[in-house]
Amino acid sequence: MSTTTILLVALSLAFVSFVMGRQKAYSIARSSGGVSKLHSLPGHYGLMVGLWCALPALAIIIGWKLFEGPIVSSMLDSSIPQAVHDLGEKPVDLYKNEINNLAASGNIAAEPDAAKQQAATRLNTLRSYSAVALFLLSIAVAIIGAALAYRKIKSNTRARPIVERIIEFFLLASASIAILTTVGIVFSVLFEALRFFSQVSVIEFVTGTKWSPQTAIRVDQAGSSGSFGAIPLFLGTLLISAIAMLVAVPFGLMSAIYLAEYASPRTRAIVKPLLEILAGIPTVVYGFFAALTVAPLIRNLGEHIGLSVSSESALAAGTVMGIMIIPFVSSLSDDVITAVPQAMRDGSSGLGATKSETVRKVVFPAALPGIVGGVLLAASRAIGETMIVVMAAGLAANLTINPLEAVTTVTVQIVTLLTGDQEFDSAKTLAAFALGLLLFITTLILNVIALRVVRKYREQYD
Amino acid sequence: MTNTDSDSSDMNNQDSSQALPGDSPKRDTTSLVKATLARRYAAEKRFKFYGIFAIAASLAFLVVLLTSIFIKGWPAFTHTYVKLNLELDADTLGLSDNPTAKELRAANYSGVIKKTMRDRFPDVKKRKAKKELYQLISSSGEYRLYDMVKENPAIIGTTIETWLPADDELAAILKSGDDLSDPDSIVTRMSDQQIGFAKTLKDAGETQTRFNKVFFTNGDSREPEQAGIKAALIGSALTLLVTFMLSFPIAVAAAIYLEEFAPQNKWTDIVEVNINNLAAVPSIVFGLLGLAVFINFFHLPRSAPVVGGIVLSLMTLPTIIIASRAALKAVPPSIREAARGLGASEQQVVWHHVLPLAMPGILTGTIIGLAQALGETAPLLMIGMVAFIVDIPAGFTDAATVLPVQVFLWADSPERAFVEKTSAAIIVLLGFLILMNAVAVMLRKRFERRW
Repeated sequence: MSTTTILLVALSLAFVSFVMGRQKAYSIARSSGGVSKLHSLPGHYGLMVGLWCALPALAIIIGWKLFEGPIVSSMLDSSIPQAVHDLGEKPVDLYKNEINNLAASGNIAAEPDAAKQQAATRLNTLRSYSAVALFLLSIAVAIIGAALAYRKIKSNTRARPIVERIIEFFLLASASIAILTTVGIVFSVLFEALRFFSQVSVIEFVTGTKWSPQTAIRVDQAGSSGSFGAIPLFLGTLLISAIAMLVAVPFGLMSAIYLAEYASPRTRAIVKPLLEILAGIPTVVYGFFAALTVAPLIRNLGEHIGLSVSSESALAAGTVMGIMIIPFVSSLSDDVITAVPQAMRDGSSGLGATKSETVRKVVFPAALPGIVGGVLLAASRAIGETMIVVMAAGLAANLTINPLEAVTTVTVQIVTLLTGDQEFDSAKTLAAFALGLLLFITTLILNVIALRVVRKYREQYD
Repeated sequence: MTNTDSDSSDMNNQDSSQALPGDSPKRDTTSLVKATLARRYAAEKRFKFYGIFAIAASLAFLVVLLTSIFIKGWPAFTHTYVKLNLELDADTLGLSDNPTAKELRAANYSGVIKKTMRDRFPDVKKRKAKKELYQLISSSGEYRLYDMVKENPAIIGTTIETWLPADDELAAILKSGDDLSDPDSIVTRMSDQQIGFAKTLKDAGETQTRFNKVFFTNGDSREPEQAGIKAALIGSALTLLVTFMLSFPIAVAAAIYLEEFAPQNKWTDIVEVNINNLAAVPSIVFGLLGLAVFINFFHLPRSAPVVGGIVLSLMTLPTIIIASRAALKAVPPSIREAARGLGASEQQVVWHHVLPLAMPGILTGTIIGLAQALGETAPLLMIGMVAFIVDIPAGFTDAATVLPVQVFLWADSPERAFVEKTSAAIIVLLGFLILMNAVAVMLRKRFERRW
């Protein structure tokens, strides 16, 4: 019995109880002289019964599903031969995986190993027991809940406040999911990062200049000592982000100034959405374009003037990333520039300043805090951008600030470390989480400052 | 022109002021202003030009990006087929008189195709040349032949005229419109002899370029001519469905709470700051969250649309919440007051009046959020949606990939034909994004009310 079926049955039960509850409210109303004699609308009585039916059952289904896996897995322990248990935790996990696959394959008889066959059969039995038990339990709870609520329906039952309180609680819970997500991010990244720092010292991580995360599989393996000095990654990230900002800030700012101060409303209405398209194009498309068109172009140009340019140069990735960020800078700056009061412009014009002088000496300084906020947001975007650098920047952790060479970034390393093998106790995999923690903290700080600056500035002129 | 004009007039003014007798050597303000006016006007022009240049350059880049992808991707929507007169002779196929299903599956279809090719070019004798000849037909040809025979076994023993898909290199040179009589000018992995075969076939009218149905009906493949985006499209649809079903109700509920019910206290402040910050967290961090929590802790299946959908919905929640709050805020207080005046409870005010009026704005925000989710790649790489998936996913827990990840995977493939496949997949992806945004704009235009 699949979870979907159980869910569907529970939900249809809830619907039936809604209809029955409403029906009972109507019949009470009829006998006591109209709906106006009831405390709440009939629909509220129906909802009350329906919620009493659905909520406990849903809670049980969700709780069951969360803990079913671990419990079934531990009950399986007794079916695993002692010989495997003696080998330690990893072989047991491996063995369980095999049994899992075997049980899912639907062809247990094909397995030559009798012990595995037995274990897989047991696993399937356990699972089907669990499904039946869950089904019976959740249906029973649903019916009992509905019956209790149904019996409570009287002309003076305060159904509306009850229902509304439940709904408001649901609304509050939904709003709190944002907090839960943040907490989830912090904890998931922090725990794995702490495990990483128990193997590699923090000092080595933030001051080391050599990054080669290949840990040795054999003790005598050469060249795979696994050094986790993250300085080259930070420098690479900074280099590419700096190039991106060098492209995005002048272009974005000048576009914003032109659109806000010079362009006719009609031009503005056409150009602004066109610029926004740049922000709507998926980053993987930019990555493809950077790797396939821009990088070779820059390399050929470099060769023409006698420079050796790497085919995965920081310049290519940075430039394309900068173009992607132009609309962020321009729309954020546009907002703050248009928020500058017209009186300031008029005053400046009255003193005989030209339009560009007004913009440079009056509007721009007045809008500066907001523009800085926008630029910081754009910078955090550049630092966290992944696909462009994964596709167009290299993997080589060079310690350089030459934009013509290949560098690697924090996000590229996270992706490379986590796609492929997945062993959660090797320093190599855990390093990705340490990098993720750093990335999260950096962007968070940038965002908090930027949002605060922007908000404070807005209040000034409102 | 105007520059020089104002320059010269400036000169005149200065001259005349100096010529006046008894004038103090100190210049008055007007002449000072006039002296610098030309420079200031030039600066003004320059400044305006910078603005126009910035916009023009950004838009030019947009045009270059789109055209280059369009030009590269367009050929992938068609594929070249080669006409063959196949002699389905039971001996060559290795079939008995009454072939069983198993025999049919194992029959030597490639032998038939090879024989037909040899008959078509009887001059080819050398082994190497023959091998090159065989390479012209895609290896998927034999499967197609098997399907045809399976469907209608009566064709065994007859000669049928059929079109089989060409190999990707052959298709590429035929579609590019290169001059086949000058093999040196063509960039290809094909040999000169193969180009000669191609020319013969083309001149005889035995090649044809048709709409590439395979691209939309197949899953991924190592062979470019058999690779399609159907698996990725279905994966994207399933993932987006999960995202929508989770993020829409939660985001609307959160927005309603924050806008209509939340008391002014610390908790509400924290929630608000949090939502704004989450909107700016790099998407890859959400991938790390998905990996650590949903896959390692809750043991949800890897590569599954359900996990992808959950991660993407967490990512799009802030976008939808912010848009929904703006839409709710735009409903004027008079509506709320009128409803309250008629005795509606606070929740009835919201559910019956405010929410329906705010719905167009909320839906617009939701579609824009979903469009963002559709183009997202990085977090899905973290939860293992990068696997090589040939089968079309049938459910929310099957291993699947999505369109942008497919683009990423194909972009890494060395074959020339994959470049056009990648670009074509991007065109499809952009097509969907344009469609979604167009719907959002239409919703806004059609239902937006100014109060």
